[in-house]
Amino acid sequence: MDTFNALMHGFSVAIEPSKLLFALVGVFLGTAVGVLPGIGPALTVALLLPVTFKLDPAGSLIMFAGIYYGGMYGGSTTAILINAPGESASLATALEGSKMAKAGRGGPALATSAIGSFVAGTIATLGLAFLAPWLVEVAVKFGPWDYFALMILAFVTVSATFGDSPLRGITSLAIGVTLGLIGIDRLTGQARLTFGVPELLDGVEVTTLAVGLFAVGEALYVASKRFRDPEEIVPIKGSLWMTKEDWKRSWAPWLRGTAFGFPIGALPAGGAEVPTFLSYSTEKKLCKYPDEFGKGAIEGVAGPEAANNASAAGTLVPLLTLGLPTSATAAIMLAGFQQYGLNPGPLLFAERPDLVWGLIASLFIANTMLVIINLPLIGLWVRLLAIPQPWLYAGILVFAAMGTLAVKASVVELSMLFVFGFLGFLMRRYDYPVAPMVVGLILGPMAEAQLRRALQISLGDPMILLENPGSAILLGLAFIGLVAPFVMSGLNRFKASED
Amino acid sequence: MLKSILSRGAVTALALAGLTTAAFAQLELKIMAPAAPGGGWDGTARSMQQALTASGIAKSVQVNNVNGAGGTIGLAQFVNGAKGDGSQLMVNGFVMVGAILLNKSPVNLSQVTPIARLTAEAQVIVVPADSPIKTAKDLADRVKADPAKVTWAGGSAGGVDHIMAALFAGAVGGDATKINYIPFSGGGEALAALLGGRVTAGISGYGEFEGQIKAGKLRVVGVSSGARLPNAPDAPTLKEGGVNLEVLNWRSVVAPPGITAEQRKVLADAMEKMAKSKEWAEILKARGWDDAYLGGAEFEAFLKAEDARVGKVLRDVGLVK
Repeated sequence: MDTFNALMHGFSVAIEPSKLLFALVGVFLGTAVGVLPGIGPALTVALLLPVTFKLDPAGSLIMFAGIYYGGMYGGSTTAILINAPGESASLATALEGSKMAKAGRGGPALATSAIGSFVAGTIATLGLAFLAPWLVEVAVKFGPWDYFALMILAFVTVSATFGDSPLRGITSLAIGVTLGLIGIDRLTGQARLTFGVPELLDGVEVTTLAVGLFAVGEALYVASKRFRDPEEIVPIKGSLWMTKEDWKRSWAPWLRGTAFGFPIGALPAGGAEVPTFLSYSTEKKLCKYPDEFGKGAIEGVAGPEAANNASAAGTLVPLLTLGLPTSATAAIMLAGFQQYGLNPGPLLFAERPDLVWGLIASLFIANTMLVIINLPLIGLWVRLLAIPQPWLYAGILVFAAMGTLAVKASVVELSMLFVFGFLGFLMRRYDYPVAPMVVGLILGPMAEAQLRRALQISLGDPMILLENPGSAILLGLAFIGLVAPFVMSGLNRFKASED
Repeated sequence: MLKSILSRGAVTALALAGLTTAAFAQLELKIMAPAAPGGGWDGTARSMQQALTASGIAKSVQVNNVNGAGGTIGLAQFVNGAKGDGSQLMVNGFVMVGAILLNKSPVNLSQVTPIARLTAEAQVIVVPADSPIKTAKDLADRVKADPAKVTWAGGSAGGVDHIMAALFAGAVGGDATKINYIPFSGGGEALAALLGGRVTAGISGYGEFEGQIKAGKLRVVGVSSGARLPNAPDAPTLKEGGVNLEVLNWRSVVAPPGITAEQRKVLADAMEKMAKSKEWAEILKARGWDDAYLGGAEFEAFLKAEDARVGKVLRDVGLVK
């Protein structure tokens, strides 16, 4: 009951007109920067920090939270409309979302992502308010071995993005994992596969690869087919809004996505990518219309979108309760807290309850504002697709290049974008799936670092992976996931031969 | 687009604040933070921007970020692109000294014009609250007995935390090549590993662990400064614990190569004035940084000495051949 009263008190802080204004500005900015590829919420908050130095702490933090939630949502708009995921968390959304947009179903895709984000954000924020102290106890117990097992589980689920040929999928994944090796090895500080190019020391940027493969690759592919076999983009087909059927197919993925996103986001090294992949593959398995996956299944948008927003709320759990920043944006928000002489951590709830609960309450408000701002915009966004194809794709190329340069203004980065773009074109042309490659780049380095850390802690004993119940269970699940399809098909064949 | 609008907004807002306090000086500066927005160097650069404009020392200050590879990407761009330009500065620090060696950077700090050291942050060694290790001596005994069995959690490989772990082993007579140092990205993950009791000890800037120390979840084994910290009078120094070790994570500012003695003097004077302004003092207090101003030839000598010390450690632990 204490929590409830504190939350109500928080609302009384957050609905002051000035705070509402801060939340509105934050949400608006967040959506805007989320839409621009390359400029993420982290950069925006960093740039705003010096400006807000003299402003009221509660107001600024509320604005930052608005930017964070808004950015998570805005990233999905470009992922759906032009197949250019602005950040790695909206990668899974692009898979089905862009297919829906091309088939004239961009409206429902954007709507399910907006409402799914709202539902997930609200549930996860409730989780943040009521479960945070308990959840964080569990989260810090998660060791490198557990993370490694979680990554392995995520690797197994990647097969959902493989398309028709597992061999081609694994090829694409292997290229991605190899790209992940480029750069300074995090555990020894040695450079790997950089060929003396200093820009490669930090590795391949996920957004550069994703935008190159998805957006640039597609633009080249469409251009190559323009005169022989033009692809039809249907701006709007059927209802602009979600139909009754769409609602029916969306609500369960929203909830499941939240269930993945929030707890994994709360883990100190969980992140937003893993839950979106897990959600995508779960929806593919559970969907009543598995044939639609790869052609624009609404479940494939609803689930990952809910997951990435829920993970954003999850990230705030370790930030507020322990002062642990687990994402770039959270790290900068932490700098924001410190700018006001506040130290997030176990004492913050006790020392500044008005601020913490005001922030949590404003998250609910920011979430509501997001839906209110974005639903009416859908009609406008979808009209983008009515732009003649050559113009649209030229615009996408400019947009992609600008976004890449905004992250890292270097010739090497821009060259990489177009090399990946060309690779994406070839892969499309020869029917290789591109998503596993990006997944490999994200998961590969994470899995490697966690495994090596685990072995360093155990002084080299690999049994540590099986001795810990958490990692043992996750590895068991991964094993079942890997073997079950073969066993099932074997059983079916067995049954068939008996008949 | 938006980025430039935002930063321009920031500059205008700060310039307006400056208007009220002092008349405009004519100095226009560009400061490079060779790191992504949000980190320590970026914070230093933006704090300088704030102090320089608010105190009226400079008319306008622009901060640009060139991130990557421990600052060496920014350093290369600075050395090659800003040569002879007396209106540009770059923030750097302890971490860059190690990164240059580790990344076999083609450019190094001997190519820039040293201006001044500005801040320093004490490092701290902590253990989980329920650890049997109570003092620096307890930890020293363990490291001496078997360095491989003591797991250290800290920031990136070759960074200040890693170097300090190696220096600690060396200072207590253990084998620095055998230390079991586990790098984590950022202080957050290292903190989780400590709170979960998975590592023996952790190293970081004091500020990073402060909340947990005050909450009693982490115990300070020793701080790396010469004297106890003013904001943590209860925490003993490593020297008090019998370990002769002093490490400061300093941050400084340098100018491009090839500037004239006159240009150098203008910049050095501006930095000295800023370091002594009340605006700077306020920022230091808010951020929890120590004033470590050191200018001119003294700073140049300090930079050389640190370069030699870090180089030796990195070779000792086998990170640099």
